[in-house]
Amino acid sequence: MISAFFIFNQKGEVLISRLYRPDLKRSIADVFRIQVVSNSDVRSPIITLGSTSFFHVRVNNLYVVAVTKCNANAALVFEFCYRFISIAKSYFGKVDEEAIKNNFVLIYELIDEINDFGYPQNSEIDTLKSYITTESVMSTNFAAEESSRITVQATGATSWRRNDVKYKKNEAFVDVVETVNLSMSAKGTILRADVDGHILMRAYLSGTPECKFGLNDKLVIDKEQRGASDAVELDDCRFHQCVRLNEFDSSRTISFIPPDGEFELMKYRSTSNVKLPLKVIPSVTEIGTTQVQYVVTVKTNFSNKLSGTNVVLRIPTPLNTTSVDCKVVSGKAKYVPAENVVVWKIQRIQGGQEVTLSATAALTSTTTRQVWARPPIDVDFQVLMFTASGLIVRFLKVFEKNNYQSVKWVRYLTKASGSYQIRVRF
Amino acid sequence: MSAFRGPPRKGENFELSADLNSEYREKRKDAIKKVIANMTVQKDVSGLFPDVLKNMQTDDIEQKKLVYLYLMNYAKTQPELVILAVNTFVKDTDDPNPLVRALAIRTMGCLRAEKIIDYLCDPLQKCLRDDNPYVRKTAALCVAKLYDLKPELVIENGFLETLQEMIADSNPMVVANTVAALTDIHIAATASGSTNDAFHITSTILNKLLVALNECSEWGRVAILNALARYETSDDRESEHICERVVPQFQHANASVVLAAVKVVMIHMRNVRSDNLTKQFVRKMAPPLVTLLSNPPEVQWVALRNINLLLQKRPELLSNEMRVFFCKYNDPLYVKVEKLDIMVRLAGESNVDALLSELKEYASEVDVDFVRRSIKAIGQTAIKIDEAAERCVNVLLDLINTRVSYVVQEAVVVMKDIFRKYPATYEGVIPVLCANLDELDEPEAKASLIWIIGEYASKIDNADELLGLFVDTFTEESYPVQLQTLTAVVKLFLQKPDNSQGLVQRVLNTATKDCDSPDVRDRAYIYWRLLSTDPGAAKAVVLSHRPPISIPRTTVSPQLLEELLGEISSLASVYHKPTETFVGRGRIGIDSVQRKSSDLADERTAAQKAFQTVAAGQQAENLLDFSDADGAEDGQQPSGLAATTMLASTPAAANLLAGTSSNPLDDLVSIFGNVGIDASAAQPAAAAAANSLGGLSFGASAPSPMPPATPSVLQNTSAQPSQQDDLLGLF
Repeated sequence: MISAFFIFNQKGEVLISRLYRPDLKRSIADVFRIQVVSNSDVRSPIITLGSTSFFHVRVNNLYVVAVTKCNANAALVFEFCYRFISIAKSYFGKVDEEAIKNNFVLIYELIDEINDFGYPQNSEIDTLKSYITTESVMSTNFAAEESSRITVQATGATSWRRNDVKYKKNEAFVDVVETVNLSMSAKGTILRADVDGHILMRAYLSGTPECKFGLNDKLVIDKEQRGASDAVELDDCRFHQCVRLNEFDSSRTISFIPPDGEFELMKYRSTSNVKLPLKVIPSVTEIGTTQVQYVVTVKTNFSNKLSGTNVVLRIPTPLNTTSVDCKVVSGKAKYVPAENVVVWKIQRIQGGQEVTLSATAALTSTTTRQVWARPPIDVDFQVLMFTASGLIVRFLKVFEKNNYQSVKWVRYLTKASGSYQIRVRF
Repeated sequence: MSAFRGPPRKGENFELSADLNSEYREKRKDAIKKVIANMTVQKDVSGLFPDVLKNMQTDDIEQKKLVYLYLMNYAKTQPELVILAVNTFVKDTDDPNPLVRALAIRTMGCLRAEKIIDYLCDPLQKCLRDDNPYVRKTAALCVAKLYDLKPELVIENGFLETLQEMIADSNPMVVANTVAALTDIHIAATASGSTNDAFHITSTILNKLLVALNECSEWGRVAILNALARYETSDDRESEHICERVVPQFQHANASVVLAAVKVVMIHMRNVRSDNLTKQFVRKMAPPLVTLLSNPPEVQWVALRNINLLLQKRPELLSNEMRVFFCKYNDPLYVKVEKLDIMVRLAGESNVDALLSELKEYASEVDVDFVRRSIKAIGQTAIKIDEAAERCVNVLLDLINTRVSYVVQEAVVVMKDIFRKYPATYEGVIPVLCANLDELDEPEAKASLIWIIGEYASKIDNADELLGLFVDTFTEESYPVQLQTLTAVVKLFLQKPDNSQGLVQRVLNTATKDCDSPDVRDRAYIYWRLLSTDPGAAKAVVLSHRPPISIPRTTVSPQLLEELLGEISSLASVYHKPTETFVGRGRIGIDSVQRKSSDLADERTAAQKAFQTVAAGQQAENLLDFSDADGAEDGQQPSGLAATTMLASTPAAANLLAGTSSNPLDDLVSIFGNVGIDASAAQPAAAAAANSLGGLSFGASAPSPMPPATPSVLQNTSAQPSQQDDLLGLF
């Protein structure tokens, strides 16, 4: 399994080095530096040299590296690296060179806790935080009892939850966040449109609550009543480890004892009947070799009671663009030469509206035609209380032996960031 | 704390030593942190061992952890001093705080100093039966650590039996770690040649594992699933039962759990007899596999490589899902390349139009490598789907019209393959290709175009002029181009003898007199003699019918595919290569291979696999040897040349050898590897003749990374014998 774990900065300096198994020497870090950090042409996240394999993940100019000497489980190694990153994010707020350097003692504690002899151990952030803290802990009798409790919980069947949670007001917040992936051809045909949904939950519930969660999942609805029209077809669901998977497999009920606080209850994927919240119609014409004209229209495709916010269009321009003259009715548009794009920002746009940008890009005449990849137009946006898949939370039931009343809140958000792409041809 | 990483001062260790002995607690702790910081950047702080050791006995757990971290690093270098720490360790394993107990047992296992091991057994015995599950799960792994260090001790103390009992533990995490420890020991025992099974999974254990599977942490699930994969079922009922219990894990959020579950189901599905059930399992597998693509790119890549394998076994798996594999503009290259390959696998009559317009789109991107692969993919599609060939050719023509040099060259290479698959169908394209003659500067593209001209010499009016251009520059061209020119001119002469006699004279003259490649000279001599003795026989040989090409459904041999499917999600499945090719002790010497192959003389396939293994391992070793390699490995193995020659003597082995690549990245090379190089030996008869008559064994040219002639000659072995007979008759 994982024989060693390293963190390098961009220059290839070792920030963290931990050998889990005796089959490697510390100097193996130099090999990684030479082969990967100072090699400009690395085309694979796994490099195998002899019998040593380096798995690396990049985050904010850092390399998080796991080294193995066996036929390791590649998916597990990468999942472990990403888990480390999310733990570090939760502990330090951000993961960069400074954060790593400032907290190296804590990081050593953490990576010793989440991995033993190369085998990943409990890595639930909530539980880790209960016994690995920034203040130093004294080993007193009280601490001994406290640790017994924590350790029993950390290894138990509900390792994600303490059993002494108490709240005056019992509340649960459910956020349904959908990310729309779109690629549309220049002719306007949809090449691919699908929704990556995440259901995030913040549970502030006392005791050991047993929750049941219901969606307008087509498979469930069809069983209950024939011909319901608003049901959604989910291609696939994935659950937090608290959800009982065999129950879902047999009857598609989602039941679980939630962790305390915030967690991601489930992810799902839907490809049928995706309602695209924004329609973008680009028209790009070349006028001679010195000018390109853009007319880009954005139509909102949802109820006029709702509105889209933070809409950002990034419209690529040729590499030899000198200046762009933009005219917009709504929002602000600006040419960003460093990235070769026109950025059009619209703070807020009502449903059922249509706005247009017209722009003219002036080009310098070049003797050799530069190779330009013609990136697609990329759109970011957020629409509150709207789901592109049509998913609705039907119920969230909480059962607890104290029989308390609980309040539940549900919010919906559909967004796109970096994956809503419309191709351009001219 | 960043101050700890300041530049080294003079006598830093001296100062640290003073601080470590300070009377103030804070000062001592800060000093320990500085020591750890120095250790991280590989400064030698081993001299501070006694000073650090003094700080071990403390109530401050954080400080204790730091001291332990230091000890784990330097215990090996200071075996005499480690003994001083033993007392504290043993005392700590009795501490009322379970965290301290676990920490002590965890660290003791990592110290790797002979002196301390003898003191480890008693506390370990105790901790394995600790009340607290956290201590038990840590102790379980400690047994594996001890086994790695001194297996005898584990056996003498009966720790193996204790572990086996612990599988029945009430705590799922303890079960998971116990399984991990037993598996680790099992692997170590197998590697060292021990025959008795350290971790035999009985049906009782199986049931316990299936129960624990639903309760333990994600990582624990992977460990348990791995153990389930090893279980040998007694009948099909049991296999079905395992699959049914494992299928719910497809819904887990962790990609490694999903893939581990896929692995278990793929393995146990082999014994499921009911077709309906099999179909049901496969159907349930598809959506989770697609969902893996919404993970970070590295995980996506692992998933894609595995999906590629799964599709080779079960092409129907994702038949309606091609669109999800469309490349996103911002995907990393390694992801895009894998997606391309899978898209071609999923291509069919119904989705080919969407695929072609995507591929055309990719061909206009900037990354040269990706563009070339996209064009190759168009060619593969044309060869795979007969009905779509014409559309593919049209797309290729559009691409040729862009006149971007590398696009044109790749398109020409691909066109040659299309001509081979569909002879005499797209002759209308030839003028367009010939018009781009001047653009070509890469040998492969040139050779391809020359082959096309030679093949259709009778239909191209100015074939002699075009070939004449290459004859003029004959000596400056690379060998593959020379070989092609030679053959193409002979073809031209056989079809239009009237106006090309001068040309053929000239090329044979140049090839036999001014050329320094023996292959080219030999081929020229053979043609010369053929033409001078019996032009009819020359026609039979040079213009013989070629077997059509097709896309292989699998990129690895069926045996290897089965093996890799049993290792889904592992490095082997990512590289599509057997484990032995890249894992340490398993790299087999030539002796053991010969033994292995003679043992299995009946099982031809097994022997082939062994050859393939050693060949690939050999190549990997030669290329990837770096300073850290163990000295013992060097010298024991014959040089790469010797190994290759030996292998090449059996055609089957050579064939496999050609199929294995030495560089992991070469895996990215498309499945077209073989077809692509066919051009250089498009005249199988001639090439075979050259090789066999010239008395050249393949081995002679083997040291170069696989001579292009080899695979194609082998591919055509069926045609070879008869033609050889013809030739022998002539002499």
